[in-house]
Amino acid sequence: MTQQIPLLAVRQLSVQYKRGKRIVKALDDVSFEVLAGETLGLVGESGSGKSTAAKAILGLTQVNSGSVLFAGTDITHLPFKQRRETYREMQIVFQDPYSSLNPARTIGSTLSEPLKAFGERDSEAVRDRVRDMLERVHLPSGAADRYPWQFSGGQRQRIAIARALMLSPRLVILDEAVSSLDLSIQAQVLNLLQELQETSALSYLFISHDLGVVRHMCDRVVVLYRGRVMESGPALSVSGRGSAHPYTYTLNEAVPVPNPNAQRARRAAVRMLLTPLPGGTTKIRDEQCVFAPRCPWNQPKCWNERPSLRPAYPNGVVACHRYPEWRDEIAGPPPLDAHVIPATEHARPEFPRNK
Amino acid sequence: MSILGDQTAMEPTVRSLLLTARLRQSPLAVAAIGFLAIVTLACIGALFVAPYDPLHQDLERVLTGPTSHNILGTDTLGRDVFSRLIYGGRRSLLSVLEGVAVVLAIGVPFGLAAGYAGGWADRLLSKFAETIMAVPALIIVLVVLAVLPRNEDAAMVTFGLLGAPAVLRVVRSATLRVREDLYIAAARVSGLTHPWIVARHVLPRVWGPVIVQASLFAAYALLFETGIAYLGLTADPAAPTWGGMVGEASTVIQRQAWLLVPSGTLIALTILAFGVLGDAIRDAAIVGESGFPTRAPANSSVTSARRRVPNGHHPNGLFDGLLRVRNLSVSVASSATPVPIVERVSFDVLAGETVGIVGESGSGKSVTALAVLRLLPHGLYTAGGQVYWKDRDLLSMSESSFAKLRGSSLAYISQEPQVSLDPAFTVGSQLVELIRHHHGVSRRLARSSAVDLLQQVELPDPDWVARAHAHELSGGMAQRVAIAFALAGRPKLLIADEPTTALDVTVQAEILGLLRRLQRETGMALVLITHNWGVIADICDRAVVMYAGQVVETSGIQDIFDRPLHPYTLGLLTAHPSLAEPRSRLSSIPGSVPTPGSWPAACRFSPRCRFATEECVTTAIPLVEVGPGRASRCIRVDQIFSKVTAG
Repeated sequence: MTQQIPLLAVRQLSVQYKRGKRIVKALDDVSFEVLAGETLGLVGESGSGKSTAAKAILGLTQVNSGSVLFAGTDITHLPFKQRRETYREMQIVFQDPYSSLNPARTIGSTLSEPLKAFGERDSEAVRDRVRDMLERVHLPSGAADRYPWQFSGGQRQRIAIARALMLSPRLVILDEAVSSLDLSIQAQVLNLLQELQETSALSYLFISHDLGVVRHMCDRVVVLYRGRVMESGPALSVSGRGSAHPYTYTLNEAVPVPNPNAQRARRAAVRMLLTPLPGGTTKIRDEQCVFAPRCPWNQPKCWNERPSLRPAYPNGVVACHRYPEWRDEIAGPPPLDAHVIPATEHARPEFPRNK
Repeated sequence: MSILGDQTAMEPTVRSLLLTARLRQSPLAVAAIGFLAIVTLACIGALFVAPYDPLHQDLERVLTGPTSHNILGTDTLGRDVFSRLIYGGRRSLLSVLEGVAVVLAIGVPFGLAAGYAGGWADRLLSKFAETIMAVPALIIVLVVLAVLPRNEDAAMVTFGLLGAPAVLRVVRSATLRVREDLYIAAARVSGLTHPWIVARHVLPRVWGPVIVQASLFAAYALLFETGIAYLGLTADPAAPTWGGMVGEASTVIQRQAWLLVPSGTLIALTILAFGVLGDAIRDAAIVGESGFPTRAPANSSVTSARRRVPNGHHPNGLFDGLLRVRNLSVSVASSATPVPIVERVSFDVLAGETVGIVGESGSGKSVTALAVLRLLPHGLYTAGGQVYWKDRDLLSMSESSFAKLRGSSLAYISQEPQVSLDPAFTVGSQLVELIRHHHGVSRRLARSSAVDLLQQVELPDPDWVARAHAHELSGGMAQRVAIAFALAGRPKLLIADEPTTALDVTVQAEILGLLRRLQRETGMALVLITHNWGVIADICDRAVVMYAGQVVETSGIQDIFDRPLHPYTLGLLTAHPSLAEPRSRLSSIPGSVPTPGSWPAACRFSPRCRFATEECVTTAIPLVEVGPGRASRCIRVDQIFSKVTAG
């Protein structure tokens, strides 16, 4: 991990938007790396800046400061021609499988477009590639002649994944790629993503609001809140109860677990964590912790000084003035939790063996 | 909505034909197209159609009115009106064509450019368009005709140039909408160049509004052309034009009023036809984007009478609950056979309890709720069953007595709270209106209870929220406001359709906490529709699992998680990533939820079930009682789950 050049490196990236007279910091000094073959999770709620990060990496939005490096090369500000070249290496799958496919084009036409855009003229070869790719995402080859509306949400998401893989990229950004799918379909697509990663040595930047899915899929996780990194580290540390940042802890606890008894116990803990934000928009100053207004453990220092990232646990960093003290102040006995109990010991449904 | 999934069952060719098919369904549109086609063909083939030379004078027969010689009569110089109309149409229709061509040639490319590029190009083009729209078209055309006398082509080109900004703006706004679609971003990341994206991805999507604009502009252009012809500004006076004929007729209106009828009627009908055509295309296009399939999928499922058990939650046979749904069925009305999308669903809701209806998209859970509330969207109808509120059948009562119940006894909140708020009014004024409607109190009293309600839903700054408009609220705030609206009538039962699905998890936890508190304080019952098992575990007392329009399992909440008794429930729970080993393969259910109309005949889950046997695909499967307060629609339940039920 030390000497390897990361496949993707985001360094002190800042992106600002103007909302009328106000300046919104969508990303504020954010850094992370994706190594070859790994899956990095980018977690946060709406407004955390996670989708902005994806756009900035792909050059779909203006970057104010900082840089994006792909395999060591700076790609932050590229003219269109060179930017285009990066799309051979980097692709994206969006959340909404309904609006991410052109309803007026057949699947075959959508899938062959990237190849044609990069100069592939041999239509026989293109057709073969499309058929191969459909097979790899477990769709019938006849799908090429059909239109998006003829497919279910899960199938469309496979098509979107297939399109992203047409150019054999090294990095695929998955922007909430399974969030809109039903549970049974989500499991299929997650399995497919893992399978493709193993066969094609892919790296994923897995953007999601769902810590459960992130924990399942990712090697390492970066937690964003209001454009800043709150915590980052190995997935099991970040998404378990050992999280170093109160925000990560809140996120973890807020996810209802599919077990009524365990959930009843969690509720009490969640209740004290959730202090609704005042109405309108709260002004966040640069020199404070962005989470302070919602943090049950905040102290005067949190309102006056921006916490910097510092080591928390092995390979993990946290931006919190109150770490590790706040953890000692968590009231009451630790509630039961699905995330830390290994799955084998968890009260999971009995699994009848096949007939 | 989930039911739109059934479009997947349609043939590939059907959709492309839908627009034409829908146009064909509208008699007015057919008439308009037919009329325009006849007029155009007659004008093109004037040489063969017209009985006389339009310039041939017969001073013996002037102003005759319709006769056997001249079916539409003759004019002041004895020329045949019918022939002159046909020849005159050539000029008029050519002018319309010129105007429309110029409008499209200017409006479409520049509109695309403005909408797609955005930024300064958009600002520049929009300002330019607005400036031109402020210029009075008639005056400019008169100036052009003064410089180029009688040159109608120049006049119509000028008219087209001046009309182009309107089309430009329509194309621009349509492009802006399409540009936000993710597939445009996907196309960019695929490495496509901008012209390619515009030509292949944007243009095909903006054609609808463009065609509408073009046909409306055609109507306008014809009106304008006949106007300047009427004023005698264009053609040689002897040459036939529609406008000129009206002008001539107007001079002899005292002697022969008939002369005004053929030309006037033709102009009016042609303009009307253009307008009707534009409207019809727009309507057809709107339905095409959001509507239900007009054609029923081929295979409609077998629904024989089945042995069913009532849910069995009240062993003494007496019902002391609030809501009793019995064998509720909902179908899609379509031209061929109706397609069922909810079939014989039964469940009960007791006072104060929380029932979760859980299922994937396409399971019919939302439609069930809407049917109970009699809020089914257009195209769906209740095909059978009863819904009892205490002991009154909601489905058979009159609209007016149901309206009294809705809001005061039953209330509803949806997944998209922002949609249910009127963007034009403040939250407070809408809430005050609701409270006055339900309780008939004074405005002052209503206003203070409105703020109370907003406080009750834990909005931190109720006064600010009362003054706010819908767009100023965040998703979580809007959902709280929607809950406040629902509470205004002090309902006994709140039906909440995916109330937290669009929210962040922390906000979801807050809303669930709020709902729980409100239930405790008001004793209100809750029906919660969701696909999220965590939410079910958090708030529900009982769960009703739906699959492909049927109830497949009902159970108390702890049991269903500990010992699911239907393979589908089991499959869903084991597919949950938080219950699995990290980075392991999840146990997924193969395939996808079958769409309505293509439901398997016997057990609807059988094609995806790893326990399915011969029997599962041949026999109809009833919902049978499998324990106290539990029912499962699985004939192999004893074999599959024997270990579980025994223990």
